[in-house]
Amino acid sequence: MIETMLQVSFTLFGVAIVIALYRIIFGPSLPDRVIALDMIGVNLITAIAIVSVILDTKAFFDVILILAVLAFISTIAFSKFIEKGGVIIERKRDD
Amino acid sequence: MSVNGMIEFIAALLILVGSIMAVISAIGIIRFQDVYSRSHAATKSSTLAVSLTLSGVFIYLLVSESIFSVRMIMGIVFVLLTSPVAGHLIIRAAYRSGVEMTDATLEDELAEVLKKKEKQMEEEKASKDTGVKSDEVLE
Repeated sequence: MIETMLQVSFTLFGVAIVIALYRIIFGPSLPDRVIALDMIGVNLITAIAIVSVILDTKAFFDVILILAVLAFISTIAFSKFIEKGGVIIERKRDD
Repeated sequence: MSVNGMIEFIAALLILVGSIMAVISAIGIIRFQDVYSRSHAATKSSTLAVSLTLSGVFIYLLVSESIFSVRMIMGIVFVLLTSPVAGHLIIRAAYRSGVEMTDATLEDELAEVLKKKEKQMEEEKASKDTGVKSDEVLE
């Protein structure tokens, strides 16, 4: 019973990631794509947590923390790039 | 069914509810019409999904394997702290870079405020310029 519920929820996270991939590919603007990327990162964190429950191990907890940090930093860098046209050195964007 | 079994079942139920919330927010991300409402679906309900699922995993591992994982608590707190900040920053960048709203938008209150602020700044700059000029004339 519990195993079935875990597998179903793992599958549902996979479905959510696939739906977000649609928005990344066909998103009309750059912020759309960045939002969907952030969402994929967050869903990946939870999927890895479910994997660590299914396999009964605590080896993946470091992966969860590092993925959370990476998703956050990448979203911040993307938003700074969209707003000001550069991440560390500011350049003027043409469009 | 023992107490441990019941708590494990409740934890698995939390995980299942969290995954259903994730799918709902993913449906929101393809069904809404512009960036601003999409971010509404992506940040809020996705944060709920993550915190539900990670607390379910934490409870499950605590009961079945008796692992008290500080790293999992850190992960929950980190996601709860950073997800709204990231959503705010990306939507701010989208507004500043001029992403269009959908046609169903009724009003845009921030545009009036920004215009007023810009006018104020320009007036201050102009008055400062004239002040400098009058000083030069006096010298």
